[in-house]
Amino acid sequence: MIRIENLEKSFGKLAVLKNVSLSFSAGEVVALIGPNGSGKTTLIKSILGLVIPDAGKISLDGQNVLQGWEYRSQIGYMPQIGRYPEQMKIRQVFEMMKDLRSSTSQLDEELISNFGLENLMEKRMGTLSGGTRQKVSAALAFLFKPKLYILDEPTAGLDPVASEHLKNKILKQKAQRSLTLVTSHNMSEVEELADRIVFLVDGVVKFNLSIAEILNGTGESRLGKALAKRMEGEVYA
Amino acid sequence: MRKVLKYVIYDVLRSKMVIGYTVLLFALCSGLYYLGSGDSKTTVSLLHIVLLVVPLMSIVFGTIHYYNSREFIELLMAQPIRRRRILLGEYLGLSCSLAAALIIGLGVPILMWDINETSLYLLLVGVMLTFIFTALAFLASVRSSDKAKGIGTALLMWFYFSILYDGIVLWILSSFSDYPLEKPVLFLTALNPIDLGRVLVLLKLDTSALMGYTGALYQKFFGSGAGIAYSFVFLIVWMLIPLLWSLKIFSKKDM
Repeated sequence: MIRIENLEKSFGKLAVLKNVSLSFSAGEVVALIGPNGSGKTTLIKSILGLVIPDAGKISLDGQNVLQGWEYRSQIGYMPQIGRYPEQMKIRQVFEMMKDLRSSTSQLDEELISNFGLENLMEKRMGTLSGGTRQKVSAALAFLFKPKLYILDEPTAGLDPVASEHLKNKILKQKAQRSLTLVTSHNMSEVEELADRIVFLVDGVVKFNLSIAEILNGTGESRLGKALAKRMEGEVYA
Repeated sequence: MRKVLKYVIYDVLRSKMVIGYTVLLFALCSGLYYLGSGDSKTTVSLLHIVLLVVPLMSIVFGTIHYYNSREFIELLMAQPIRRRRILLGEYLGLSCSLAAALIIGLGVPILMWDINETSLYLLLVGVMLTFIFTALAFLASVRSSDKAKGIGTALLMWFYFSILYDGIVLWILSSFSDYPLEKPVLFLTALNPIDLGRVLVLLKLDTSALMGYTGALYQKFFGSGAGIAYSFVFLIVWMLIPLLWSLKIFSKKDM
């Protein structure tokens, strides 16, 4: 569904993505992991068109997306920190997004009700806690039934109940053949959700393997430990 | 773009700063009319206020607004909307709101006390300066991701146009006083939108005849239809160049 070919991006002298080539297909949940500053968010933002790559190609369903904009109607994006006009009420934010996307297809309001956002609709965004904002961001990402979900540390600020709802939702959408790209630092969560892990270090794809493949090579049963072993192998080999 | 515009206006009009700006302008203008003699002196005082306050407010509020909307802009950029339309929507939304504040704060007192050609020119110049300095504010903001640097650049621009420029012109005039300077000075005026606005309004006043030889030349030039057209063309150029430049930067900017 998405093909990334030889993507390069540097900010000034700092090369953030070095010749990254990846492809993802529908019905997958792929976790992007890596240390802070390894280029995960830059990669995500390149797909969204928020960051303009220096070289390389990104295509969605065979269509080149660089410089395009229509393709974004197929993406639901949940940013790491979602911030909205402070004076707007939650209801107005939802209405605005519906208006901006002029979506005609049916909306997916499951997360709104699971998060109990209906009762908060009249609250202003400026008065919300970080976690509630995250809930709004998540509900917005899922609202338009896109084919591709891009979630940047989705559960970082959420309470355990809301996290569970979100994870269930991700798996449910996976069953409906959508593709989800998720970044996370929480290995147990990655283990629960992801089929495949893309491990980035300093802008280079160190490995791109299924969870089973990662566990097999190391003899560990927990993903976190297996990854740690692999990383040591990668670093000191 | 119209949709973006709608939400920006909605956001800006609710901010206390724009309401405060309207009230301040209204209070200053009505105060001047109420206390003043009601002749051209009042208009000159109003002109000074407009030339000082409008550019400062537009450029400062413009940069603050841009940096405060960065997350909102990022949110919009992840939606199926063209980048240029996002920035244009932000720009028009902000400048139209500020222009509306000016039209209410300045226009209502003018309507109440002293409606004539000169004060309408004053209002028009104020509106154009709003659009110009909001565009400059956006240029300063899109060029730098660092808020402090952006606001600093914006303030420097204001300082240059409002204060430094006059000094530079005076310095040129005194250093080259042995040469005929009327034509170069006409051209120099075009390099500063605030100056263009000042000349446009001053020449509508009777007192401009007292400005000596240069004043007479100005009157001859700017009093004519061609001179007025020249000023407005340059004012529009002053608005378009920073706007187009910032659109160009914005379309390649990384968020």
